[in-house]
Amino acid sequence: MTATTGSLGGSRSRPTDAVMDWLRHNAWTLGLVAFLVLLLAFTKAIQPSYGPPGIQGLASAVLPLALAAVGQAIVVISGGIDLSIGSIMALTSVVSAALMKTYPDLAIAIVIGVLVLGIVIGAVNGGLVVVTRVPDIVVTLAMSFVWAGCALLVLKTPGGAAAVWLKDLVKGPILVEWLPRAAVVMVVLVAVIWIPLRRTRLGLSIYAIGSNQLAAFRSGVAVGRTKISAYAVMGLFAALGGLSLTASTGIGSPVPGGYTLQSVAAIVLGGVSLAGGRGGVFGPIVAVIILQLIRSDMTFLNVNTNLATVANGVILIGVVMFGSLIQMRRARA
Amino acid sequence: MTLTTTDVLLEATGVSKTYGAVVALKSASLAVRPGEVHALMGANGAGKSTLVKILTGAIHPDTGRIAVRGREREVHSPAEARRGGLVSVYQEPALIPDLDIRDNLRLTQTPLEPFRHWTNELGLEGLDLSSMARRVPLASLRIIDLARALAIEPDVLMLDEMTAALPANLTERVLEVIGRQRGGDRSVIFISHRMIEIAAVCDRATVLREGETVGVVDVTAGSEEQIVELMLGQSVASMTAVSDRAASRQVAADATPRITARGLAHGTKLQDASFELYPGEVLGVVALEGQGQDELFDILAGSERPAGGELLIDGSPVAFHHPADAIRAGLVYVAADRAEALLMQRSVRENIALPFSARIGRWGPINLGKERTVVDGAIETLQIDTRAKGEVRRLSGGNQQKVTIARWVAGGVRTMLCFDPTRGIDIRTKQQVYVLLRDLAEAGAAVLLYTSELKEVQLVCDRAIVIFGGRVVAELDVADADEPALLRAAYNLRSDAMMPEHVAAETVALTAEVGVAGSAEPSFPETTEPSASETPGPGIPEPEDAR
Repeated sequence: MTATTGSLGGSRSRPTDAVMDWLRHNAWTLGLVAFLVLLLAFTKAIQPSYGPPGIQGLASAVLPLALAAVGQAIVVISGGIDLSIGSIMALTSVVSAALMKTYPDLAIAIVIGVLVLGIVIGAVNGGLVVVTRVPDIVVTLAMSFVWAGCALLVLKTPGGAAAVWLKDLVKGPILVEWLPRAAVVMVVLVAVIWIPLRRTRLGLSIYAIGSNQLAAFRSGVAVGRTKISAYAVMGLFAALGGLSLTASTGIGSPVPGGYTLQSVAAIVLGGVSLAGGRGGVFGPIVAVIILQLIRSDMTFLNVNTNLATVANGVILIGVVMFGSLIQMRRARA
Repeated sequence: MTLTTTDVLLEATGVSKTYGAVVALKSASLAVRPGEVHALMGANGAGKSTLVKILTGAIHPDTGRIAVRGREREVHSPAEARRGGLVSVYQEPALIPDLDIRDNLRLTQTPLEPFRHWTNELGLEGLDLSSMARRVPLASLRIIDLARALAIEPDVLMLDEMTAALPANLTERVLEVIGRQRGGDRSVIFISHRMIEIAAVCDRATVLREGETVGVVDVTAGSEEQIVELMLGQSVASMTAVSDRAASRQVAADATPRITARGLAHGTKLQDASFELYPGEVLGVVALEGQGQDELFDILAGSERPAGGELLIDGSPVAFHHPADAIRAGLVYVAADRAEALLMQRSVRENIALPFSARIGRWGPINLGKERTVVDGAIETLQIDTRAKGEVRRLSGGNQQKVTIARWVAGGVRTMLCFDPTRGIDIRTKQQVYVLLRDLAEAGAAVLLYTSELKEVQLVCDRAIVIFGGRVVAELDVADADEPALLRAAYNLRSDAMMPEHVAAETVALTAEVGVAGSAEPSFPETTEPSASETPGPGIPEPEDAR
């Protein structure tokens, strides 16, 4: 703490300072992007035929988990955690697939309905956390069984159908062959939902309650309402993830994939503090791509897929440890 | 007294400790003779607790020498200090709430037989060793802490405000037991805010002021006055009085008070607080620690609801259910503990904008342009050094405090509740805060300022009220509110030096009430079952950590 009292005139920041500030503030995400670029170059080197189809496949494979990671990131930033996100995705996926099979003409209404369902489910999770004062991790773990059970009530086995336009939305390229449609969908969703939200009072309040609940309370933030809202937004992204599952597979599966824990891994790798208050949603998205790309590289190298899972875990620990080492050194300097 | 009393059991010389720019101890020394009860005195922030923590190895001094029985030693941890015969009983209970008493004793390797002996001596007969620590009333926990310390027969026993949470009957037993330690070859270092206890058990007193040892006094009848004088020192204000321009200000007789408090009560600490705060004035609040001032400010800031009494804002009664209600009514709160007030990992902009946006905000997007203007204006007004604006935790303490004030100034402030806003910040920033508070008052705002630094009252305030035992016991005009007067009022002493017998009794009665109050922190509902020791306090206070 070298800064002492105010230096009057010199506090105006120049443009270069602003750039430096921005770089410093987003150092983690930028580092991840650099790592991703290296990884893509490495992929191209070991698999010279890796091209547009590979990128497209990567984008569609990543989409559900990326949406889950965004939802998880928002809840964790607000100081909570949701362990039912995989189950919510399964439930919304089977509901949309089952309904679209029965009423193929109402696909748009069904999509909207499922998104609302996601918001309601998220709000229920958040509401239970706020009202019962049971820790987030316990409430959402319990609710993960509830939502998974509901999914099985809707469809006992994988089935249903998806509207053609929905399937097309996440398949193939758009404009140029290097640009996967799924990636554009992802960018648009985040740009339409999260970026405006971040600029509202709710966005600020979500960061505030995650950073220091007492300070937020004393500053007049409605802590409970903000928490429920954060969970509701998570539910919305989980529903989007569920829909993207239906879209990419063409059916709904009532069995939750490993999305819950993978989303937690992705946000940690993506620079979101599990203690809350710190991080964003872009880091987690990049982290999801990295984790998926490592998995495909292992396949290209003919490494046992089980070993690839082990490698993912090791990378997670390695990167996070590296990050905290850098932070410790910076704090000491 | 025998020859041995001239020997020194524990000696500390030239002990200093700084935290960043804040000097906690400048040059403290302390010499304790065997067989004496030695009082450590000093106003809030004089460095008593820091010194005790250094002696018990909880923190490391920057400089200084500590010798036990003439042999110099470095103490690296409380466990090491314990082995070396230095044991401390702190203000807060040190038992693990989820272990029973027996396991707690095993944890510190306390022998059972002596422990039993001491609990009986201290008036806690029939203590059930298998009861969970969290189910034991606070007062009993304090006794257990003390008995545990006595059981390992320390050379030097340090008691830091240990009587603060005890009811009168137990305090008496504790003082009696401590008194019986005199004359042996062991010693006690005793810290208390209550002069009466000092006079009752202590042989000598070392007085600290602003981190320095300023004198050692033999405690006899009438030495209280000498101690108070030492605690104050030559209180020539080294800072320019800011309140000169305010000293003459007159509140119009028919003005409506901004805040009218009538008999506010909360829990058992705040009993009956009544006062008025007028627009355009800075009203000082002075109290020893734990006299109910925290509760009073929490009520005014909307964090707590009063159990009794009436609160009027601008003449009309209000009931705050949430800090947002208080903020809407124009009452904003500046905390002493910046960790409580700031989003440490977030930027200066977000910290200033948080309540401001929360106040004007609907759920729509924040008007960024307007926000930036307001935030920049506030940064300018408070001269905040924004070189490290990305994360508030990288700012110095003084600049952090400016941010907590700036967030309220940003939105235009009508009533500011400042709870010790200058605690632990450097002198230049303090001066800036004083000027700012005066400016606010001049602009028509009302400022309520609790301060633990008595001299601040004459620097910034127009009037001062003194709280003792949860009641407003005195109101002083700024001209009369010099440090001796405030300190006497804070100790609830009469202005004449000697305390007549009946006044002393009254003070004991009052402090006893405060003692009971201390044991009734918010706690677990299941702990209210009556215990064998007749002390009504529930259990271990759970920190009010909202996270």
